[in-house]
Amino acid sequence: MEPHHALVIEDLQKTYTNGTIALKGVSLRVAAGDFHALLGPNGAGKTTIIGVVTGLVNKTGGTVHVFGHNIDTHPENAKAQIGLVGQEVNFNPFENPIDIVMNQAGYYGIPRRIARPRAEEVLTALGLFEKRNQRAMTLSGGMKRRLMIARALVHEPRLLILDEPTAGVDVELRRSMWEYLQTLTKRGITILLTTHYLEEAEQLCKHVAIINKGEIITQGTMRDVLGELKVEVVILDVVKPLTEAALSAISAYKPRRIDDTTVEVEIGEGRGITGVIKALDEHGIPVQTTRNKSGRLEEVFVRLTKSS
Amino acid sequence: MDISHMWVSFYTIVRKDVVRVVRIWPQTFLPSVVTSVLYFLVFGSIIGSRVGQISGFDYMQFIVPGLVMLAVVTNAFSNVATTFFTSKFFSRIIDEILVSPTPPLVMIAGFVAGGMVRGLGVGILVLLVSLFFALPTIAHPFVVIFFLILSSLIFSLAGLVNGVYAKNFDGITIVPTFVLTPLVYLGGVFYSVSALPSWWATLTYFNPIFYLINGFRYGFLGIADVSIAVSAAVLTVLALGLIGINWYLIRTGLGLRQ
Repeated sequence: MEPHHALVIEDLQKTYTNGTIALKGVSLRVAAGDFHALLGPNGAGKTTIIGVVTGLVNKTGGTVHVFGHNIDTHPENAKAQIGLVGQEVNFNPFENPIDIVMNQAGYYGIPRRIARPRAEEVLTALGLFEKRNQRAMTLSGGMKRRLMIARALVHEPRLLILDEPTAGVDVELRRSMWEYLQTLTKRGITILLTTHYLEEAEQLCKHVAIINKGEIITQGTMRDVLGELKVEVVILDVVKPLTEAALSAISAYKPRRIDDTTVEVEIGEGRGITGVIKALDEHGIPVQTTRNKSGRLEEVFVRLTKSS
Repeated sequence: MDISHMWVSFYTIVRKDVVRVVRIWPQTFLPSVVTSVLYFLVFGSIIGSRVGQISGFDYMQFIVPGLVMLAVVTNAFSNVATTFFTSKFFSRIIDEILVSPTPPLVMIAGFVAGGMVRGLGVGILVLLVSLFFALPTIAHPFVVIFFLILSSLIFSLAGLVNGVYAKNFDGITIVPTFVLTPLVYLGGVFYSVSALPSWWATLTYFNPIFYLINGFRYGFLGIADVSIAVSAAVLTVLALGLIGINWYLIRTGLGLRQ
């Protein structure tokens, strides 16, 4: 079953015993080597999908293949391909990082003589080597997150699933984790990422799927999904204070004054920024800089999840 | 997963549990030893001296196999029930294993072996303590070893069923308190079934712990209330049944997966 796909989900359904319908026939394909985002509001079904793929949740219907291995008929082969970084910290706080990582390798059948150097390698890569013999409970929140990643990587998975790995992590650490994840994709590891930081998905991921109320409402390349926005928001910094006359001259671009010398405009399909710059210049207000407003994915996300 | 990988996974589960059990030895090994010393003092030395002999043996000698079995059974059971329950209840540590390719039978074997190690370890300690009170005769050493292993196996398996099913802390305290303890005390630790009224003796034959103590006592003293072969057969069937129940529970994820 399509070995060039890391993950193929067909018509996945899940109804919990309390009657909650979490997934209503989700289909999703993640190409091998891809960095794929799975986005959705709380309760949309992201974690349920991950739970089914990793064997933590029993599905009600549908099929899942991981690198061609069916999770129903060959669960052990499928699981061997996956590394999971779950949403919650779930290791024994009384154990040391080195033991946590080595034990995880053991569950995948890796003998300790091989597991130890591998564990040391991933702990070093994630900046935890010095802490390897300290109890895990003494680690900071960010270190615990990194330990979860180290644990998920020790058996060298081909598919790494990250369920909100940067939740509650400070900006600096988040960015260093992004860099590390990018080095993993360069090494050929496929990554499926769920996150609430849409900027994170926008910067890292090649493909994206958005799920809401148990259904995929859009999926494709990041460029295509962002293209659904049809308009681009641009911020202009001008040299002189904006006047009402100048703003009315660019009213077709739906200007929104941010402060005296900063304005936000919408550039629709087939239009360019040049018209705005020219109109402002004609009113004696030269444009100093222009920049795209970040968080375009966030706009797509909000529009789609509201309308679905 | 091939055999060598399964062995590594099994070894990892057992090693992790044994390291934990040894690290917290005052909680895992010491209580049973202290309790046994009290039993030997109160029931063996003080009350036992007034009871006289049973089947030609001093009361102290008679109760040694039962007290060793009591320690093995309760420790094997509680070790697995507690370890498994806490690993699924606290932070879902059990997910470390559930997401791995470790097959259900290896998972069962790992947790059960951890319980057996603790049960056997405590049993040996209690046996050593008993040397201070009575010099036990061992009529059939291999029978002693067989029933020692079988008892730790059965109650580790039972503890795993309890651990998988339990939804809260009550779930792992109710069974030992209201099921296991009565079964142990009514299974013939302190008396011979031949001394019971017939209706009580008949009820005792439905108690699996009776067969364990019966076989174990036969190994030590060479006396038994029922045939040793019957004891072994009943307990083997029980062990196989519990393996089947555990396999079903873990394979289907009942009490484990959503």
